[in-house]
Amino acid sequence: MGSVGLEEYLIVGAVLFVCGIVCMATKRNAIGVLMGVELVLNGANINFVAFSRYTPLGLDGQATALFVVVLAAAEAAVALAIALNYYNNHLTIDVDRGNELQG
Amino acid sequence: MTEQLLFWVFAILSCGGALAVVVTQNVVRMAFWLVVSLGAVAALFFLLHADFLGAAQLLIYVGGTVVLLVFGVMLTASGHTIKVQTTPAETLLGCGVGLLLLCVLVFGIKSVEWAKEIPGVGDSAAAADQAEDAKLASDVASAKTDESRQAAINARDAAVARRQSGRTLRQLGLSFFGLRPDRNLNQEQGKPLAPGYLLPFEIISIHLLVVLVGAAYLARAKCRATSGLEADL
Repeated sequence: MGSVGLEEYLIVGAVLFVCGIVCMATKRNAIGVLMGVELVLNGANINFVAFSRYTPLGLDGQATALFVVVLAAAEAAVALAIALNYYNNHLTIDVDRGNELQG
Repeated sequence: MTEQLLFWVFAILSCGGALAVVVTQNVVRMAFWLVVSLGAVAALFFLLHADFLGAAQLLIYVGGTVVLLVFGVMLTASGHTIKVQTTPAETLLGCGVGLLLLCVLVFGIKSVEWAKEIPGVGDSAAAADQAEDAKLASDVASAKTDESRQAAINARDAAVARRQSGRTLRQLGLSFFGLRPDRNLNQEQGKPLAPGYLLPFEIISIHLLVVLVGAAYLARAKCRATSGLEADL
């Protein structure tokens, strides 16, 4: 159990990022894909805040992370509305059936 | 020491929660593990002395976004849709690609010598805090009389309390108004002024309004597909 520095936080962020990517790639449920996006954004946020703590970046990293949180909430709302619309039209939430979305 | 222990606890919680989100097939359980992971990330933000950001993460993510996702699960879950399985070959392929990506990222992080690459990484806030801690502790240890010892202990406690009281909230709020007291005060002459975040703040407020209107428009109630279509699927 060594001392905690920049690298450890970056590795936690990398693990969250990879989990999000795998979640987006393997889930066929549209809500599961959304959860993968949230994980990816959180991994990026950990990197921002770790750099703002351990480098002279100062408060800029935290301000950017705050914007990311707000944008993620907005993105979740819109994507969920699209998923509900999709479910109303197709009676399924399987993204593999989304090839007939046009029109 | 306590900080290290807390870091490892919350790091394992967040990574384990993220892994469980990937592994679990049930959407409702995925939402639960997402709450665990995001809550642990908020705790990591607190450990990084970003107290306002940690609180915002708890309020917006755990309190808002995940509740929205759970509502989405409830509104779209009906029998056969709650478990949509992927084939084992796809899962294997996804995990292989994910492991490769993780290896690339970890080797990339490990191969960079951050202290050399970023000038001033040594005299950052964390190092300054550690140096202040060491100095205050040595003050307490080297105090001769009872009064000076008590004064040193008081100074140490005051420093810890000052560091733990939200130091970021006022500065973040001012930076959203375009003012940067953390960067622009007490600097030498001729240094360019650090920019604030007034324009992004305004853009994001308009963006939120547009998103609200758009989401309400997209999710408005329409007539459902007939059950005859369900038989075709």
